This record gives sequence, structure tokens and C-alpha cells, in this order.
Amino acid sequence: MPDDLNWAIGGEAGDGINSTGKIFAQALSRAGRHVFTSKDFASRIRGGYTAYKVRSSTERVESVVDRLDILIALTQRTVEENMDELHEGSVIIYDGERTMMEDFEAPEGMIGLPVPLKRLAEEAGGALMQNIVALGAACEVANFPIENLDEALEKRFGDKGESIVENNRQAARFGEEHVVEELDHDEFDYDIETTDNDYVLLNGDEAIGMGAIAAGCRFYSGYPITPATDVMEYLKGRLERYGGHVMQAEDELAAINMALGAARAGARSMTATSGPGIDLMAETFGLVATSETPLVICDVMRSGPSTGMPTKQEQGDLDMLLYGGHGEIPRFVVAPTTVSECFHKTIEAFNLAEKYQTPVYLVGDLALAVSEQTFEPEEFDMDSVEIDRGKLVDENEIDSWLDDSDRFQPHFPAADGISPRTLPGTSGGAHMTTGLEHDELGRRTEEQEVRIEQVDKRNQKVETAKDEEDWDYREFGDSDADTLVLSWGSNEGAMREAIGFLDEADIDIRFLSVPYMFPRPDLTEEIEAADEVIVVECNATGQFADVVEGDTLTRVKRINKYNGVRFKADELAERITEKLDAAQEVPT
Amino acid sequence: MSSDVRFTDFKSDKQPTWCPGCGDFGTMNGMMKALANTGNDPDNTFVVAGIGCSGKIGTYMHSYALHGVHGRALPVGIGVKSANPDLEVMVSGGDGDGYSIGAGHFVHAVRRNMDMTYVVMDNRIYGLTKGQASPTSREDFETATTPDGPKQAPVNPLALALAADGSFIAQSFSSDAQRHTEIVQQAVEHDGFGFVNVYSPCVTFNDVDTYDYFRDTIVDLDEEDHDPTDRDAAEAKIMDDDTEYQGVIYQDEESVPYNERHGLDENMADIPDGAPEDATDLVREFY
Repeated sequence: MPDDLNWAIGGEAGDGINSTGKIFAQALSRAGRHVFTSKDFASRIRGGYTAYKVRSSTERVESVVDRLDILIALTQRTVEENMDELHEGSVIIYDGERTMMEDFEAPEGMIGLPVPLKRLAEEAGGALMQNIVALGAACEVANFPIENLDEALEKRFGDKGESIVENNRQAARFGEEHVVEELDHDEFDYDIETTDNDYVLLNGDEAIGMGAIAAGCRFYSGYPITPATDVMEYLKGRLERYGGHVMQAEDELAAINMALGAARAGARSMTATSGPGIDLMAETFGLVATSETPLVICDVMRSGPSTGMPTKQEQGDLDMLLYGGHGEIPRFVVAPTTVSECFHKTIEAFNLAEKYQTPVYLVGDLALAVSEQTFEPEEFDMDSVEIDRGKLVDENEIDSWLDDSDRFQPHFPAADGISPRTLPGTSGGAHMTTGLEHDELGRRTEEQEVRIEQVDKRNQKVETAKDEEDWDYREFGDSDADTLVLSWGSNEGAMREAIGFLDEADIDIRFLSVPYMFPRPDLTEEIEAADEVIVVECNATGQFADVVEGDTLTRVKRINKYNGVRFKADELAERITEKLDAAQEVPT
Repeated sequence: MSSDVRFTDFKSDKQPTWCPGCGDFGTMNGMMKALANTGNDPDNTFVVAGIGCSGKIGTYMHSYALHGVHGRALPVGIGVKSANPDLEVMVSGGDGDGYSIGAGHFVHAVRRNMDMTYVVMDNRIYGLTKGQASPTSREDFETATTPDGPKQAPVNPLALALAADGSFIAQSFSSDAQRHTEIVQQAVEHDGFGFVNVYSPCVTFNDVDTYDYFRDTIVDLDEEDHDPTDRDAAEAKIMDDDTEYQGVIYQDEESVPYNERHGLDENMADIPDGAPEDATDLVREFY
């Protein structure tokens, strides 16, 4: 068996699938193994198929693959849902004494491992612990020392008291012992290695929240929506430790307006939502830009349009983020590509917002948001955090920004497009800002010259930023390869692993993962150097591919996926191979 | 804050484009006087307005101000006050802005009870879009879009506020300058969400709810021995459809504003140059 272990637990929503999966992932991480998790869930509270998958290796893992080595199946449907990923030798742990599974027979070539999960859980102190019994059994199957579970159980149940933790430890050991005593262990030859490495395990939403605090965010307002709510849940209770506040607004319109107010008062502010919420925020988005207020608006994308598939993956909002809102709105659109990039790009988003006094869209997607991944803790280096508050003017400097009648000029048309900024409370700096077209003092105007001056001024900020900032990409694979693959968002992980699969088939790929959607790197040179250009993204129409074609005036090939499921590494390798084969076919 | 602030310090050099005789002049003057009388100055004051005639107020006043989008002024004010509790936050809107498009925010702002003041210029009509029915228009009020009247009950904003557990509910008449100023001033001084509905006649489009109408009918609660801390008495006044009242209708003297309940007492603009000192604890949580 390879060192790479693919494990899953599946059942009905409400069965404790998520917490069980998380415990196993944490145990693996604490044992110095790399982990990548993914969740399959439906938009309902109880019932409906749900699963939590854990891929683990001593090497870094960046994505999911089409393989499952150990499956804890709490329902028969779990086996059916995962049939494609099960293989010869896969072990299916199930409760042969429970009605849902009593007639279950493992498919040919697979090993059915009946464990009386419920009965053993009751013996350990309560039927609720059946998943933990299964975890203990899985540890024994994988030859993974069960002691590694203990810390994760303490973390999960510590708040409920030591006896609960102890019962859970007992439940896990009952599961382990059952496998040792009752079953022929020689059937399985899993033997997963542990290391002394210390990793942290977190998902994209958590990394965004952590990045926000590191960047000095003090005010967050939001309205619950999948898959962005984790950002709010992470910040609640933590932001307050730093003198900040999380406010659950009555709707998305309130959320963005509250964040705008707090930003106007000087707090670094953020709101997070998903596509439907971005729609509702669109009007105020224009106000944020016109009033030149720094604000970070996070869109964690899911399947659309309308309510679409709320718990499924998609990257379908790009067009809206780039072009949404009436009129012409200067903006930045930053889209991190990995969980650790979620941390770094969030910090960057706050700096961009304040430096240029412009709204910044911070874009995640469901796959990035809900997948936990292990990292070296150093990747979240707090010492490297830099804060740039831009042209913030205090009482001592205010004189140079007053007009002839001593009024502060919040929209002074500076050559770089960036005006001075005073925060309310600053003596002598009183001024108004508005969504109406205005002059340098913020007063409403319809004068043609002033209109042009202010529009140019606001747009100039983006031009200035294009010159001053690095709008770069991340490069992987062979930089001399004839085939260039581009992607954005969460696809980076699967693509990086796909490069390995393609390499085995002697196909060289140059892969660029682009984290800036606007402004974005100029890819003309890279595209001209390639024979084949393929853009990979989770949507039906190829929104990023359209943008690339427009920028570089070159036709690109597209690999799109929009069934609600993220790309898998082996799947991507296959689809790239198909594209290249097709490209070689000569019409007769 | 300086003690020699005069209300004219809150005036901008921009001349209002309101119609001559508009009630909004008086409403705004009272707001400026209330701010000056309570020891505020333009540099510690933040005025938020929405859209419509009322929305122009930020332009005519001199203070820190934001003129936002239609109906969303209250959430902006809530954000401002959260971020910097030292600021005096005053939100102004009209009956359309506050009770139609912004009705949801109104109810939630009332129950949130942030320490701020909300002044609604209620003229019972849409003025800036040239005379359509508003949420407070009478049931039989004829306009271009409601030629036979809206044929639906007008919103009772005071009742909404009371139902949402409002801690300060008042009504005034813009033309009664002294009383209006006093009432807004009490709203500013109130610890919590001070809500004042101001009869602010539209001289151009509303020929029913006129200055004369209010002058003739308005009843001052001070002359009625009304006890504003008595919630039942307040309810009786609010549900009395036959009388227009002015004065403080209800005040919860025990009110503890949201910002105090949530310990919002720091200026959130103050952040360190880098990550907070103990930020590595945030990473450690994920081990």
C-alpha cells in the first residue's frame, strides 16, 4: 500500500460526520502527517448523504484524488456514493448489527469489516460514540497508533469534562481491540508512517479570518450564508480579544453598509458573503468606491445562479466581481489559490483597500473554504505582517490639505489619484463623502469638468496600483514546456498534483496559478511562448478564459467543470491529456 | 469639543436646494442646535443620510458626514458608532427612506439600541420624485401613482419603534422650532437609540398635511401630564389615530445601549503597525 492514505466517513447529516472526520484529520496532523480534507454535504440540517474525506501523506497533499482506501460507512448509500473511488483491497468498516447495514456485503475485491459500532459505543458509555469506535477500528486497520487520537479527542470533547474524553478514548480502544481480536489482520497491509513534524490544520475561511485579525481588521459585519459563514464564526469571539466586534446584520445590505460606516470611522473593516449576498451588496459597492472608502468584501463562491446549489463548488462569480454594479467602478479583485494564500492575500487586501481607498473583492470558493489542509506553522508568519494605512492625515498635517476657505479636501485630485484621508474626530478635518458625483470637498456637483476630473482621479488609483504593486502569478512545472495551463482559485492544488501524473506520462506542463483577477498579470508573453494554452476553471462558460483571451488576443482551450464538485488531480491530468490529444488530431 | 460652538458652525457654505418653505429647513436647524447645545462640534460629529430631500442634509451641514444609498443610512450609522464610540452619530432620513425601503433596518436599529440619534423628516409624500404616495401617506391621499389613494393603512413608525422595544420614542413638528430642538436634544442625550419622527411639511406636493393642519391639530404631551416612562401610557398615545402628538412619548431610563452591552469603548481606528503582539496564539489554535 502506498504511504498516501485516503480515508472517509459517510452517513446522514446529523450523524456527527464532520466532527469525526475532523478528529481523525487532527490526529494525523498531530502525528506529523500532511492532511487534505474535503466535505460532501447537502443543504439540510438532518438526513441526506454527507461525507468527510481525509487524504494523508508524509508528503504535502494539495488535493483530493479518485481513491478511497478505508471507508467508514454508516449507511449503505455511503458505499454506493463512493463506489467509483473504492478499489480492490479497500476496507469498508460498517456496523453489521445495525438495520441499515445488516444485509451489507462488501463488493467483490473489497474487504467488508463488520464492527459492532453501536454496541461497543454503549459499552464505552453511550451510543453516540459509535463514530469514535469506528475511528479506533480505522486506526488499527491503518496501523496508525491509536494514542494519536487522544489529543484530538481532548481537543474536541475537553470542554465537556474529562470523563467524556475518557469515555471516547475507551470507545476508540474498543474499536481497535475488536479489529485485533476478531479479524484477520493479515488481510490489511496498511502501515502509515508518523513523523516528528508539527503542522497546523485549517481551512480557507479560517485562514481568511486569521489574516483579517493579523491585518488589523476590527469590525466585521455579515449575514450567515454558506460557505462564507465560517469566516464570521471564526472571527466571533476572537476579534473581540483585539478590541474589535463582529456584528450579525439583519441582511447583506445592512452588513455592507455597517462595514462601510465602520471603515469610514477608521476601522479596518470587512464583510464576507457568497454570490447571492454580493448581488445584494452591489449598490453599496458603488458607494464604497465613489466615497473612496477602504473596504474588504469577501465572496466565497458557490454554485449559482440564484440559490443554485448552496453547498457545492463553483467559480461562477468572476464576471460579476469584475464588472458588477452600475456605472464604472474602480476596484481590486484578489483571489487566493491555497489555504495559506487566503491568509496572506487577506492581509494584502486590507493594505490595498487603505492605500488606494478602494473596495477590494477577496475571492474564495467553496472548495478552498471548507477544505482543511496542513501547513508548516511558519507559513502563517505573524512577524512578516506589514500594515500600510495609506495617506492618513492627522491634525498636524491637515493644513496642507485645506482649501482657501480652510475646508478639508477629501477628494483632492492628486496626480496618483489618491487623496489625503482624515478620520472622524480629527480636528479641522470635517468633511462629507457621498455617492453623488462631487467636487474635491465632497459637495455634490454636475459640472462637466469636475465630473471628468473625479472619474479620472478614481480610475487613476488603479493605474497607480498597476505600477506600484506586484500583480504576479505562481508558477509550477516546467517553465520551458510547450503546454501552458492557467487556473485561478482552488484549482491550484489539484493542478500541482496533476503535473506529477502528467510527468509520469512524459507530458511536460508549465502551470501558472493566477491570484489577481484585477488588476492581473499580463500573460501575453507566456501565452505567445506556448504552443497550447489551456484554462482550467470550475464554471460552464470559462469566465477567466474569456478574460485571458481578451487580454492577450489569443484563443485558448478550456477545461470546465460545473457539476458542483471540485477538480481532482488524476481527473485533471486525464482531461489535459485528452485536450492535447485532440489538439494533435489533424482533420482529414 | 469646545464649549463655544454655535449652531451655525454646523452650517456648510452650500445653500439648500429645498423648496422655499420646506419643513426640512426647520428640522435641520433643530438638529444643528441640538448638537451644539449638547456640546458637540463638527469634528466629533458624524451625520449619515440616505436618499431623497432629507438625504441632502449632509451637504448643508458641516461635520463628518456620509450621504449613502436609499434606505441604508441606519446601518452606516451603526458601523460608525461601533468603530468609534467617541463620535456623536446622527442619522437622518425621510419617511420613504426610513419606513419603506429602510423599514427592515429601522426595526433592527431600534432593537439594537445603539447610542445614536435618528431623525426622520416625515412629510407623508415622496417629494424629490415629484409627489408619489409614501408609507405614511393617508389611505385616501391622491397622487399620480395612487389616483384613488393608496387604499392601505399608513405605517405608524412610533408603533413599530415601540413594538421593537425602542428606548426613546418622540415626535416633533419642524415649525415649532423650540420644542423640536428640545426634543432632538433629549434624543441626543438619551443613552441608546433616540428616535424622533418629525412632521416636516412638503409645501409643494402635500396639500393635506400642511403647516396649518399641524398647527391646528398638534397636541403637546407636556401639556397633557404625559409620563414618558409609562409604557402603557405611551402605547395609548401611539395607537391614538385621531391625534397628532409632539413630545417625548416613551423613554426607558434604564436603557443600556448596544455599544455598552458589547463593551465597544475603544476607537477601532487604532491598530498596531504589524500583527497584534500575541497573534501567534491564533496560529497555535490550529495545532
